[in-house]
Amino acid sequence: MKLTGAEIIWECLAKEGVDVVFGYPGGAILPTYDAMTKYPQIHHVLVRHEQGATHMADGYARASGKVGVAIATSGPGATNMVTGIATAMMDSSPIVCITGQVGSKAIGTDAFQETDVTGVTLPVTKHNYLVTKPGDIARAIREAFYIAKSGRPGPVLVDITKDAQQLTAEFDWEAAAPRLPGYRPSYHAPASEFARAAELINSAKRPLILAGQGILKSGTTAEVLKLAKTAGIPITTTLLGIGAIPASSEYNLGMMGMHGEAWVNVAIQEADLLIALGMRFDDRVTGNLKTYAVNAKKIHVDIDPTEINKNVPVDCALIGDLREVLALIQPQIKKATHEEWWALINAERGDAAVRDIQSLPDSGNLYAAHVINDLWRLTQKRDTIVVTDVGQHQMWEAQYFRHEKPRSLITSGGLGTMGFALPAAIGAKFACPEKDVWVVVGDGGFQMTSCELATAEQEGIKVNVAIINNSFLGMVRQWQEFFYDKRYAATPMTGPDFVKLAEAYRLKGLRCNKRSDVKTTVEQTLAAKGTVVIDFVVEKEDTVFPMVPAGAALDKMIRRPKQDVMLESGSDKDWEMPVPPAIAPAAEAPAKVAVVTKAKVTKPVAKKAAAPVAKAKKTSRR
Amino acid sequence: MAKHTFIAYVEDVPGVLNRIASLFRRRNFNIDSLTVGRTEQPGVSRMTVVVEATDAGARIVEANLYKLVNVLRVDDLTHKSALMRELGLVKVKVTPQSRSEVLQLVDVFRARVVDVDELILVIEVTGTPEKISKFELVLRPYGITEIVRTGVVAMARGHELISSAPPTVRTEGGHGHDDSGVSMSV
Repeated sequence: MKLTGAEIIWECLAKEGVDVVFGYPGGAILPTYDAMTKYPQIHHVLVRHEQGATHMADGYARASGKVGVAIATSGPGATNMVTGIATAMMDSSPIVCITGQVGSKAIGTDAFQETDVTGVTLPVTKHNYLVTKPGDIARAIREAFYIAKSGRPGPVLVDITKDAQQLTAEFDWEAAAPRLPGYRPSYHAPASEFARAAELINSAKRPLILAGQGILKSGTTAEVLKLAKTAGIPITTTLLGIGAIPASSEYNLGMMGMHGEAWVNVAIQEADLLIALGMRFDDRVTGNLKTYAVNAKKIHVDIDPTEINKNVPVDCALIGDLREVLALIQPQIKKATHEEWWALINAERGDAAVRDIQSLPDSGNLYAAHVINDLWRLTQKRDTIVVTDVGQHQMWEAQYFRHEKPRSLITSGGLGTMGFALPAAIGAKFACPEKDVWVVVGDGGFQMTSCELATAEQEGIKVNVAIINNSFLGMVRQWQEFFYDKRYAATPMTGPDFVKLAEAYRLKGLRCNKRSDVKTTVEQTLAAKGTVVIDFVVEKEDTVFPMVPAGAALDKMIRRPKQDVMLESGSDKDWEMPVPPAIAPAAEAPAKVAVVTKAKVTKPVAKKAAAPVAKAKKTSRR
Repeated sequence: MAKHTFIAYVEDVPGVLNRIASLFRRRNFNIDSLTVGRTEQPGVSRMTVVVEATDAGARIVEANLYKLVNVLRVDDLTHKSALMRELGLVKVKVTPQSRSEVLQLVDVFRARVVDVDELILVIEVTGTPEKISKFELVLRPYGITEIVRTGVVAMARGHELISSAPPTVRTEGGHGHDDSGVSMSV
């Protein structure tokens, strides 16, 4: 069957099962857009900036587990994609980007809108292609999809010259099957390594599972929990691993790292065995490598051999697919309970420096943590995906929104891309139209890609945007507060009237600056038809605690100052603190570890008696 | 830190040299020398890469090379018995008095004179990088005006055949974009 290159592109996308693409037309990709009209089964979402297209493809991929597709033209269209591609690369998200390129004869002549896109994206893609002939398009796209989703997933870019799109070639899907002799998506660790790993786990006294995004990618939540239950091992997650283990699981201690739970970081430093599952020992997770878990042996399970011994030298490496590894190791694991170890963790766990914000004083000002925690309480019966941006709100979301399901949190972890949240949420909504999609975003990050509100409006989709507006680049301000003597250089920030902005886009805008209004605001948002933008005006100079300063040992956390130990506020009493559903039978529980219990809630009250006078002062702290 | 010598078999496709070079820059490793050439198999190029790295660093280099889609096979020859060869051309000034001394040195180093005029000798020398450096050292007093070195190529000795399991290649021609690109050499 003779087809134009442009038609071959769409044929291939249809054959790969693509139902939606995110893109922006332009000169060098016009033949492809012209051919698009013949393929109505593929929905095209017109974005407002190509960065948005890549984030949408990324959000779509993370929410669905499928490959997301973004399309752009040559030159500026393609370079605008670079941030989104790098984001997908750092967080191992499978996306395929198709870019137009100037005609093959014009390559190298600095033609209008010409950029060496394969050169520019080389270090931020898993692989890329420059296609100059229509006959090569099918194989390049098939290989791109295969590479993007296999092994450790990642972005692949296919740059196709304009003449390759215009000329015709024989389209033969079968003949275009991937031929990649040098590509090794999967490895299989030798049996001896499994025996060693089992031996390490069986002989450990204080083991700890570090659960990463690999669990989401491989869909092994049940398998990891089974391992934890068998050997009585507590679990902590990375930021991207949130949702991989239900927050309500008694084995789940919470998030590790720079803004992780204090007891988790202490547990990592005290452990005698770390079992890292699909995580990569990022510096935000380890703190100072010299002092990181020095007493612990380490088992590292990862599908990517380049991650082994990259940051942290390990004692045992199991390279391969997590599902396969867990299936092979599980039968060799002996039952254990590690009661002493759990007792040690639980003793620390009473020291709930992170949770204290659940009872922040009702000072009249709204705290971001209030918003996020209340949002969780109000939406927990619904099927919700939260997409966060980067900064303080991202950490508060990780701390105060409790994720029970895999793929219910989408966030830019590795690259820390501000402006990620709104477009990624639009992509997630296309992947999961039946779910609520919430954007939790700072006023800074929102302003980076707020133009995509127009995309949401044009598509008629509903994403709920909660802007945590503190009129600061909050996380940078926090660093300036701690490490630069409160010299707030270029962090105070104004923004538009977000309510009016929403209205300008023909969307509903709401403002909330009192805790007592959070509930009605959220309810109004859920009831509204289209996309809603909420301007949550929160306390300006609030801080994420605890915090491990960059380069410090993991257990050397900056804690919320003592006088700040929060008292239970009036409005908190209005809330029925939900008891999380137990996912494991109580009898198997190694100890009482459910995070939110009656005892926990009443704890701050005891402190209230100790320092009653301080209350008034505290509320006007800032 | 020590010098590590890697042999990488790569698909002979456009941009593959860039991918390798970019990898080393990206991961902050310094390339000491890099040579590329065709192999006994069509469509496969062979690179010899020498990098300064710790043993742990070398493992990371090797894993990252393998991660490149166009890389077929990687061998670390550092701790194997291997032949290392480099070629150098040295242009050295001579006078009627010094000419015979220089020719003696050429003899000692089993080098060859490939061009002569009244003031200049061009000498071709092959051997290990160390030998060529030594040759350069002894000629320096006479006045070297120009020197060029190819970078090292390496091959395992005897039965340590690194190509014992030859890398597989795309067999069907005509479809890939490999046929569109010129074969890459140094």
